[in-house]
Amino acid sequence: MAPELGQYALVLAIIVATVQAIVPQVGAYRRDAAWMGVAPAAARVQFLLVLFAFGCLMVSFISSDFSVVNVFENSHSLKPLIYKISGVWGNHEGSLLLWILILTLFGAAVAQFGQNLPPTLQARVLSVQAMIGVGFLAFILFTSNPFSRLDPAPFEGNGLNPLLQDPALAIHPPFLYLGYVGLSVAFSFAVAALIEGRVDPAWARWVRPWTLAAWCCLTAGIALGSYWAYYELGWGGWWFWDPVENASFMPWLAATALLHSSIVVEKRDALKSWTVLLAILAFSLSLLGTFIVRSGVLNSVHAFASDPTRGVFILAFLVFVVGGSLTLYAIRAPSLKGGGLFRPVSREGTLVLNNLLLSTACFTVLLGTLYPLFLDAVASEKVSVGPPYFNAVFVPLMTPLVAALAIGPMLAWKRGDLAGVLGRLKFVAALAFLTALAVAWYAWDIMPLAVLGLALVVWLGLGVFREWAERVRLFRWDIVDSWRRARGLPRASYGMSIAHLGVALMVLGITASETWQDEKQLIMRPGDVETISDFELTFIGAEKVPGPNYSATAATFVVTRNGQPVTILQPESRIFPNPPMETTEAAIRSTLAGDLYTVVGEGDGLGGHAVRLYYKPLVIWIWLGSLAMMVGGMISLSDRRHRIGAPSRKQAAEPGTKNRDPGALAAAGAGD
Amino acid sequence: MSDSAKTDGTADTAAEAAAGKRRTRYGLLLAALPIAAFVVIGVFLFRGLSLDPSDIYSVMIDKPAPAFDLPALPGKANGLSNTDLTHPVQLVNVFASWCVACRVEHPILMELKRNGTVPIYGLNYKDQPTAAINWLQNFGDPYDRIGSDLNGRVGIDFGVYGVPETFIVDGNGVIVRKITGPITPVILQKELLPLIAEMQK
Repeated sequence: MAPELGQYALVLAIIVATVQAIVPQVGAYRRDAAWMGVAPAAARVQFLLVLFAFGCLMVSFISSDFSVVNVFENSHSLKPLIYKISGVWGNHEGSLLLWILILTLFGAAVAQFGQNLPPTLQARVLSVQAMIGVGFLAFILFTSNPFSRLDPAPFEGNGLNPLLQDPALAIHPPFLYLGYVGLSVAFSFAVAALIEGRVDPAWARWVRPWTLAAWCCLTAGIALGSYWAYYELGWGGWWFWDPVENASFMPWLAATALLHSSIVVEKRDALKSWTVLLAILAFSLSLLGTFIVRSGVLNSVHAFASDPTRGVFILAFLVFVVGGSLTLYAIRAPSLKGGGLFRPVSREGTLVLNNLLLSTACFTVLLGTLYPLFLDAVASEKVSVGPPYFNAVFVPLMTPLVAALAIGPMLAWKRGDLAGVLGRLKFVAALAFLTALAVAWYAWDIMPLAVLGLALVVWLGLGVFREWAERVRLFRWDIVDSWRRARGLPRASYGMSIAHLGVALMVLGITASETWQDEKQLIMRPGDVETISDFELTFIGAEKVPGPNYSATAATFVVTRNGQPVTILQPESRIFPNPPMETTEAAIRSTLAGDLYTVVGEGDGLGGHAVRLYYKPLVIWIWLGSLAMMVGGMISLSDRRHRIGAPSRKQAAEPGTKNRDPGALAAAGAGD
Repeated sequence: MSDSAKTDGTADTAAEAAAGKRRTRYGLLLAALPIAAFVVIGVFLFRGLSLDPSDIYSVMIDKPAPAFDLPALPGKANGLSNTDLTHPVQLVNVFASWCVACRVEHPILMELKRNGTVPIYGLNYKDQPTAAINWLQNFGDPYDRIGSDLNGRVGIDFGVYGVPETFIVDGNGVIVRKITGPITPVILQKELLPLIAEMQK
């Protein structure tokens, strides 16, 4: 029963979406309030219908209704409940439904929170949002129906891919989709603005919170995925430059650029056409990612089962959405009036630099990801582009980005004083230089890049602090005044500082764990002791343990340091019968100082077991850094100015006047 | 980025008007650039739909395996050369310790080894020999012989697209088929085992 109801709900949803796509658009053109008024109501109804359909699919999964093909293929009655639930989106059809659910959720949110938008803009935004909805609903109904039935119904399901039976991966896709799909709002705003022919600071104010929310979710989603890869794939690696990873990374880079360029639109009324383009590109890259993951044009470890019909459909949709919006852009963008002028050395200037570097980075990832496809199509040659390419191009791009990150926030809008800023950063620079010297002394032979990496960490970390100190006048010997100023700083300002600090922490984690990793791979027998870093690991033995839907080989290590007991680690190697597969469950002792990472492999038949032991110093900071970035984004999002949404036109109209006094600058430009 | 002109706004009006006109013309071109780029990418994506990245590398099929003679990994007795390919049917499996997907197919190779189904030769592709040895010690060694293809030259001769890849070679040293990507249980049952059985007849 539930599957049929879900199916009906989806059919109704596509009808509502079609109405929502057409009526408000026409209404906005004719300035007809009644027609425009259809949009918010339709958006809410559409959301409820899709939510209902999603609920129906979830019911089928929880009740293990194997008469539904999707449940049969991806679930198993013995699976723990949480993986029955996460199994809903652990497959192509279900994840698509989740995607649509989030899309309509954002549509309903625009209807709810966008009540202070100009009516024509809101109508057009929701109409564009609905067009995307129609496309995806048609996709799911015509090529990937999650509710298809099987007759006769099998007694048992095939089971979920064991690699996906993991808490982090259960919540990773929802976050990722919140990010991907959240960018659709920025996209809809951009297209609506192009149709209206108007981009102004107010527009940027409305777009920014949505972009920020999407960016936070995308950051969380990517970080979760990478953490999952770290502990589940059992390699100790956390990023593989796989096409699917790249598919999520490209929108992130574009969204990060968009986040920063929309600040320039908001504060200075400049970079408008570029910002609109970024908003279009960010979502286009999300769609491209969907295409790459689901069409099978590129090889990847975690691609969904590919199907040519789906590929053709997504490509057609891609052409419609991206081609349509970029054509509109080509027609309308030249007529967007440029706003505030600025010098290369200014806050705007550094934000432009940020955008140039981020979009170049994004382009190199795109190139590396699609290159095998290009070469295959042109020369029928098959190649794979691997980590060496990406690492080689990324370090030179990220270095100036991180270096400029400490300077940018301290420069004034419009016309900055670089010499003055560098003067105020001289202690920071000196400390960074000393760090470089110390690291060079200590680790030059291991990895010269560590010198650069750690110097950048100090430079950025202290630079962020220095910038904050300047705003609150910390070193003027008036603590009371500083405290008052620190409390008076807008949340967005703290959000920025924390997010930038997150970047520094991430660079720290990457550099340290790559440089000072200690790694051993060997066969151990019960009683063997092995030293790694300054830990002694005693291998007690390994035994077979049954799990709920797998059987495992569980090893036990007793860990001591200088003879003192530290912990007991029990890595597992699991064999799943349905579908047949082997997974490694690394046992990790995670501390802020470093991770002790153990993996057990096959027995050698003589009582010994193959094991891998790693010590990865500071590796956890990679994810704590991304967490800080996300938290920074959320704090910024909670800023009153974002919540209110409607900008004070007055402030936007006279941005230049405020920028003379550095103190006022701190307040006005905070968080940007 | 037509509106990001970095002038300081002190130019006189005539010059500014001229600059504005020039900017509009560039602006038109610039604004059309993204759609042009997208058209190019779109054409390739469409082309990509009819290409299968895991498809057989047509040029090498039914051709003799390229001539090569690769050294052994440290601690192993034998390297691998094309003259070793003398069984009625054998697999040449391209693997590397850094390749995640190789882990996926590894249990299947071990299974084949245990059952003695078919000789498996390893082509250790662009890998550090010590890392490869560790890898094999950890997970088991399904290979009868392994050649260390440090710089990937032999891989190029074989037309290796990515790792893992498996070539099925007959008794005359001719490549009969190729499997790109990990050997999954489905490929094993439906494709590989029937082919091997037929060739061993």
